[in-house]
Amino acid sequence: MLLYDVVLQSRLMIGSALYPSPAIMAQAIAASNASVVTVSLRREMAGATKEKPRFWSILENLHQPLLPNTAGCHSAKEAVTTAHMAREVFKTDWIKLEVIGEDDTLQPNVFELVEAARILNNDGFKVFPYTTEDLVAADRLLSVGCRVLMPWGSPIGSARGLNNVYGLTTLRAHYPDVPIIIDAGLGVPSHAAQAMELGCDGVLLNTAIAKAIDPIMMAEAFSKSVEAGRLAFLAGALQPRNMATPSTPMAGKPILD
Amino acid sequence: MMVTINGSQARTDATTLFELIEERGYAAMFVATALNGKFITIGERENERLRAGDAVEILTPRQGG
Repeated sequence: MLLYDVVLQSRLMIGSALYPSPAIMAQAIAASNASVVTVSLRREMAGATKEKPRFWSILENLHQPLLPNTAGCHSAKEAVTTAHMAREVFKTDWIKLEVIGEDDTLQPNVFELVEAARILNNDGFKVFPYTTEDLVAADRLLSVGCRVLMPWGSPIGSARGLNNVYGLTTLRAHYPDVPIIIDAGLGVPSHAAQAMELGCDGVLLNTAIAKAIDPIMMAEAFSKSVEAGRLAFLAGALQPRNMATPSTPMAGKPILD
Repeated sequence: MMVTINGSQARTDATTLFELIEERGYAAMFVATALNGKFITIGERENERLRAGDAVEILTPRQGG
């Protein structure tokens, strides 16, 4: 997978939040074979330290590209400021741009999102916009310089899978050459496989792995489902039909009645 | 003087953002700072003077989805 001229070996991107422990997080990320790990910036509530933060050391040991996010931002201004702070700390110009517009569904505010993306692209960022399947929003994001689209499957953490298969299929068809990463709402590996079978380029997961009873095993399951879905897309799937067609040849069937 | 640091009132003798980071014991390279909602780079902290009532955000790397 090629994102902003970087070749990634895996089509799975994984979040670093909500795991039972840092050790399980690291093991789950390793088991997922993910190509990118998402991170955030937050106030330090545990007290200041002159030492390198422990979480930073864990990230270094992962040896994976990091994708900082702007999670929780509700305006373009807030997201742009957060992105600049993240670029300085994480030393990457990649930013997963989230601008939330509705608190119950965490639905992106695509108006503020486009404005933030415009500013950040002009500031030299590589923007990964968390958006909806809306075609007009996608068009605006691409026109302001985004080269990746990250539509939600369903609300963040909801585990509902792909709520609007038609919309995502249409988005894929409209932009066949733009990487599309399903960013949110996947709950089980079959959801990820479905996204890949639709022709999406990758998926980004967090809660479904981190909150599983066994996050490490679930990470491996998602890894395999993403690979299986991609292979199925490339292989060309049989299209559904209403009537049965026998798989065993009728030619040569004896008459025994 | 009194300033707000990460949402909490605090008394400080620091005159610049650079001094505040030192005073509070943060590792300068591993935090990002904003003053009254404006991003202040590491290089700008030394010249960024603090005033009573300023709101300072000091952020560190954390888990994220």
